Amino acid sequence: MVEVTLKVNGKSVTKSVKGNTLLTEFLRDELRLTGTHVGCDTSQCGACVIHVNGEAVKGCTMFAAEADGAEVATIEGMASPDGTLSVIQQAFQDHHGLQCGFCTPGMVMSAAALLKDNPKPTESEVRDYLEGNLCRCTGYHNIVKAIMAASGQDVSSIAAE
Amino acid sequence: MPKDHGIGASPKRREDVRFLTGAGNYTDDINVYGQAYVHFLRSDVAYGKITKIDTSAAADMPGVVRIFTGADFEGVGSIPCGWQVTDLHGEPMKEPAHPVLAQGKVRHVGDPIAAIVADSLEEARNAAEAIELDIEELPAVVDMKAALADGSALVHDDLGDNLCYEWGFVEDNRAAVDEAIKNAAHVTTLELRNNRLVANPMEPRVALGEYSRANDHSTLHTTSQNPHVIRLLMGAFVLGIPEHKLTVIAPDVGGGFGTKIFHYAEEAFVTFASKACNRPVKWTASRSEAFMSDAHGRDHVTKIELALDADNNFTALRCDTYANMGAYLSTFASSVPTWLHGTLLAGNYKTPLVYTNVKAVFTNTVPVDAYRGAGRPEATFQIERVVDKAARELGVDPIALRRQNFISEFPYATPVAVEYDTGDYVATMDKLEEIADLSGFSARRAESEKNGKLRGLGVNCYIEACGIAPSNLVGQLGARAGLYDAATVRVNATGSISVMVGAHSHGQGHETAFPQVVAEMLGIDESMIDIVHGDTSKVPFGMGTYGSRSLAVCGSAMVRATEKIINKAKKIAAHLMEASDADIELKDGQFSVAGTDKSVAWGDVTLAAYVPHNYPLEDIEPGLEETAFYDPANFTYPSGAYACEVELDPDTGKVTIERFSAADDFGNVVNPMIVEGQVHGGIGQGVGQALLENAAYDENGQLLSASYMDYAMPRADDLPFYTVDHSCQTPCTHNPLGVKGCGEAGAIGSPPSVINAVIDAMQSGGFQVDHMDMPASPGRVWAAMHG
Repeated sequence: MVEVTLKVNGKSVTKSVKGNTLLTEFLRDELRLTGTHVGCDTSQCGACVIHVNGEAVKGCTMFAAEADGAEVATIEGMASPDGTLSVIQQAFQDHHGLQCGFCTPGMVMSAAALLKDNPKPTESEVRDYLEGNLCRCTGYHNIVKAIMAASGQDVSSIAAE
Repeated sequence: MPKDHGIGASPKRREDVRFLTGAGNYTDDINVYGQAYVHFLRSDVAYGKITKIDTSAAADMPGVVRIFTGADFEGVGSIPCGWQVTDLHGEPMKEPAHPVLAQGKVRHVGDPIAAIVADSLEEARNAAEAIELDIEELPAVVDMKAALADGSALVHDDLGDNLCYEWGFVEDNRAAVDEAIKNAAHVTTLELRNNRLVANPMEPRVALGEYSRANDHSTLHTTSQNPHVIRLLMGAFVLGIPEHKLTVIAPDVGGGFGTKIFHYAEEAFVTFASKACNRPVKWTASRSEAFMSDAHGRDHVTKIELALDADNNFTALRCDTYANMGAYLSTFASSVPTWLHGTLLAGNYKTPLVYTNVKAVFTNTVPVDAYRGAGRPEATFQIERVVDKAARELGVDPIALRRQNFISEFPYATPVAVEYDTGDYVATMDKLEEIADLSGFSARRAESEKNGKLRGLGVNCYIEACGIAPSNLVGQLGARAGLYDAATVRVNATGSISVMVGAHSHGQGHETAFPQVVAEMLGIDESMIDIVHGDTSKVPFGMGTYGSRSLAVCGSAMVRATEKIINKAKKIAAHLMEASDADIELKDGQFSVAGTDKSVAWGDVTLAAYVPHNYPLEDIEPGLEETAFYDPANFTYPSGAYACEVELDPDTGKVTIERFSAADDFGNVVNPMIVEGQVHGGIGQGVGQALLENAAYDENGQLLSASYMDYAMPRADDLPFYTVDHSCQTPCTHNPLGVKGCGEAGAIGSPPSVINAVIDAMQSGGFQVDHMDMPASPGRVWAAMHG
């Protein structure tokens, strides 16, 4: 067992974990932050994307022990404490950027990381950036549209909702 | 002005808030006190005889609760098939046993052999390594045609051969079709494969079984599209648990696309084991397990022939299909290539004679069953490919050839036993030509060619059948269940409403769209209405969500129940206003007496129903709750026309989708935003099938595409923005909302236009390729062009 201390959504947490516990498992099973999802076992789907020290990371590619001392942000920390959705979350709802919701936390976390580095991405930059996030419901149309809208771009000329 | 509430409006989805904040409640998010974990030891060979299985060492491993093998399930029922097809000789299909855990033989890679229940998943996995297992590998049956040849190995020895059934439809037309093809001015023939796919909802399957010894009650949480169906199949056929002793809950479910309709062995296992171990037992599929245990889709090999007269009128269509069933019959496997495929082979055309022959074949592969579209994509792909090929052979415009042969009068009785109630195929094609800017194609092609690329345009139509019904008909056709649905509208004392629906929402937005209907009918705010679904202990009954049926079938039940509410509420209102109930009108949530200024509000009436001090107790019961079951009179028939424009790099064979347009006729539309999202998603999956996806087996039955490293899922950069339109609306004539269903259209309608476009691109570059099978991945396209 290894003792880890990290900040998750601004709160400090200290726990003993097994050396082989994935950061995703730690968040889901130890902290009950079940918004971070597991959709595959080959680090392809991106349903587990979180932020570690401000960078988008697939939580299934890190051991919890590796996050010792890190600041971790998950989907549960994205809205304001009063429940107001973040700009990106709100854009996903406004533009129907989700259906079953399973890939959504990873999509939102990826989108947040993208917009931090590239505040006005083109369509093709959004699509390229999302290559590590699979969605099976939306055909990506409204996800790309939502992210562009969240960046303040006018998306009204993009066909349909 | 678009409406801002009620039917036709696009309110933001209320379920989104929990999904966007990580507050969804998916099955794997649920953990219960004392739960154990199960790991399945699965076959790594396609076919083999279990010669030794010794679990004694494994049972002594740390944390192991109990290890189960096939022997523990000898007295347990077989996983049932829900549809008995009758073959062309009038004999029932062959139904092999499908045990929860393998009994003596394994029949596909992934077939579960043993189940290790332990305190932790890690301990269960470690113990699996200690099981002593010997399997004598047998020659695997993989190719369908080889499976039917004399001397083939048998997937099930007791069946005598590998043919599940041979089905002919309509058998009485067979000779006339043969004759028409013989005498035709032109016959276009196409041999094709509809590629095997894996549905891949992003949430893998999960099952959590709990048994309460104190109450002798089992509860199963499972990733299902239809919890009541699972309760019925598992309770009645496999484990022998009566309904009142079994609760099935499908909470938030992360996509289904058909593959979560079926009853799976793992669900039965955790329910059985939780009682046997007296502990909750949880199973969470890894994605690798999903690839080898979720039912696959499609996998048809087909020869289709289209006969035309000298004026290019279609005179006959003949289809010969081999349909892969896999190693066992999954829940609706047998219905897909037959009643969901053969009945759609008229397509949008007035072809007078159609005959389909289907041979359903057992192979040593994962069972194959319904995947988004289920039979209709296979029918549409064949028809729309062969029509396109015919147009090229005859040197006529493919759109003109389609228009010439469109069905134009409704209702229309097809030669394949179904009656289309409404449609307007000219209107959707006109709309498509407009939204896809087909007149601008040649300029876009010239531009592509300037850049060294080939550009192709592909068009197709589709017709599909949703809301499969009515029950008495499907019963005659072999369905072992009714296909109605049910809804209970529970009005509370303050006027708020809970609607318990048998449909299940796993991405379709029922929690938003269904209240729009009830709110419109009652003239009250949507926020006063909540939908309850997915729990057999809360919802009276229901057949679940598949086949684009939710609004057409369950929504109709909800309308009928709401009508009953209105009728009773009017009686209460009449009493309160001392008027006759015939004179009561309901508008904007107010009951008024016609021709007077007397009115009472919705809330006054609902309160009176629960606090019946001033109430006609001698005539009506207190309370305000009504249930309706709705059994549709017919299928619904959405239709449309799709266009795809591709660019093809002749040096690499890489195809990119440049434009994709869809003009659909879904009848009336309740929530346009949700409908368009459904079409987008369907197109995404259809393009995936056409360009990327393929579940591949080698000749030994090894699954080569068992992870996202090997199975090409569409990603954001594989797809464009789509142009979709649903303004052509011919309402369904036989359900109260006039709705048709939109969930599968995109996946049904898109693959042929993609392949038609790829062929068009290749031919525009001088490559004489008249067909290629899906997926049109770069290597395959390059090989097709360069022989």
